This record gives sequence, C-alpha cells and structure tokens, in this order.
Amino acid sequence: MIANDDDILRQAEAWTRAGRGVALATVVETWGSAPRPVGSHLVIDGEGDFLGSVSGGCVEGAVISEALDVIAGGEPKMLEFGVADDTAWRVGLSCGGRIKVYVERIDA
Amino acid sequence: MKLEHLAILNEERAARRAVVLVTDLETGAQRVVREAQADSDPAAELIEARLRSGKSGPAEIEGRAHFLTVQTPPVKIVVVGAVHISQAFAPMAKLAGFDCVIVDPRTAFASPERFPGVPVFAEWPDEALPRIGLDGYTAFVALTHDPKIDDPALDAALRAGCFYIGALGSKKTHARRVERLTDAGFTEADIARIHAPVGLDIGAVSPAEIGVAILAEIIGVLRRERRRRA
Repeated sequence: MIANDDDILRQAEAWTRAGRGVALATVVETWGSAPRPVGSHLVIDGEGDFLGSVSGGCVEGAVISEALDVIAGGEPKMLEFGVADDTAWRVGLSCGGRIKVYVERIDA
Repeated sequence: MKLEHLAILNEERAARRAVVLVTDLETGAQRVVREAQADSDPAAELIEARLRSGKSGPAEIEGRAHFLTVQTPPVKIVVVGAVHISQAFAPMAKLAGFDCVIVDPRTAFASPERFPGVPVFAEWPDEALPRIGLDGYTAFVALTHDPKIDDPALDAALRAGCFYIGALGSKKTHARRVERLTDAGFTEADIARIHAPVGLDIGAVSPAEIGVAILAEIIGVLRRERRRRA
C-alpha cells in the first residue's frame, strides 16, 4: 500500500515515542512543474529510514542526509532544489521545477 | 515540532476533524489550531481560507513568512449497493487513496468474498450508516436503484452534508426519485446536490468503466470544485 500523509505523521509519532530521532520534511513552496504538491511530507529517522516523499524520488536522498543533520543539531532547515542549483547534476529535479523543503526535528 | 503538536495532529485526524499547524519559518515557532478554534486565532482569516481549500501553503503573518500545514480528514467513500459496479469501483477507490466501505442488506450481494479487503456491511443503511458516520469529508454513492435501499441512504447523505452524492439510475428513475425526495421535504437545492446520472459522461459501458466515471467525478468535486469555492 502506498503511504498517505496519515500514515506518515502516525509513523513520525510512533518513531518518536519509540525513542528514535525523527525529522519531518515538508514541501513548502513549488515553482513550475513539481512532482509533489505543497504540504507533502517525508519522515526520516536517525538511521535513515524514511516514509513518504517530497519529490518523485529526485531529491529524497539529499533531504534525508540533511535531515540527519537536523536530527543531530535540532535547528530547522530550509532546503531548496531546482535545475538552477549547482548540484543539479546530482540532486536536481529533472522535470525542471523548483521546490523548497522545510526540515524540522520532532522534539519529544 | 513538539511531539505534543504532532500528537494533536494525529488525534484530530483520527477523530475526522480538520486542523492547521502554523509554522513561523523564521523562528521555527509553531502552534496547532483546531477547526473549532480557528475563528479566535489572530490569523483567523488566513486559516479559515486554508481550511476551506483543504490545501497547505505559505502565508505572511505579522510580516513574517509562515507555513500553514492543513490536515483535513481522509476522504471516505460510502457505497450503498454491493453490485457489479461496486466490485470494480472499490479496489480503484482504494488505489486512489480513499477509504471505501460497502453497504447492502442483501446478504447474497454483500459477501466478503465478492469484496476482498473492503469493509462490507450486510445491513440496511439505517443501521449501518450511523456507525460508519457520514460527514463533509464523505462521498456517498447509491448504486442499488432500489428505492427501499437507496432512498433512506440518500436521505442520510443529504442531511450529513456529504461533499459528493451520486445515485445510479436512468433519467426516468431519477425523476421518480426527485418526486419521492420532494415529498419527503427536501428542497430543489438539496436534491440538485445529487449527481444523477452518476459519474462523468465518458460514455462508460462496462461496470468497471462506470466505476472509473464515478471515481473521476468524485475526485473532480473534491479537488476542483472545493478549490474554486476557497
């Protein structure tokens, strides 16, 4: 079954209650053709387990590695991805859109 | 985000109530606003507009960039009639991310074997619907074209304010249904909320095609009309 936002936030709560470090990533802005709408969530734990998506798989890897920093440091981060990004060859959106992703830690 | 805020979001979703998480993107400060308290929040207007559209999005509050995460309850589809169309419709609805339940008092139709993985209530709508719970996040489809079964269910769906109401039947069948609902005290505006003939007009023939037409119509009302209203 494909995870919906309901499953994702429940998983975030369950992981946090189980004592894992957890970060929640949310798509807060999109420009042009973006694969996932504003409000889409990705939840990540300290081991790099994740559920949900913020793009069609294009930038999840980068979001997860940033999320690990957020879990460790506790400060929320705003990430921006797009073709104009100088790392586009690695984590750009092939559809040509741009997205902004807010990553925050869940504090137990 | 504080765990307690996350817990409220999950609680409200489980109770099928809408809620908005307000995040100050500059300071990281957050608050959770339940639907019932939206009008007393300092950002009431922005929050209420978001609740109407059901969409998350950015907002400027007190000169600072904020993000409003909108959580509306998951959409549920209640189908009265465990018929051939429902057998094709239920798995499609599930795949599209909707919870779907089937109600039909005729036990020969409403068997779990005919609907694997779908909750089936082999009961009259009067018994089953109060337990299932119809609300503004429910789409309701009547497919038996037997007035004994469909009519009481349509009555309940109209009163509950289901966001989509559809009923199978030819123009003639529907005309008779309109007469009965009018006699039961429903206004013209109430009755106009019923999509009949049910489903988008795509010339659907087979039960599965009719299922596609109904599902597409539900999605259209959910995504397009609601957005237009906001």
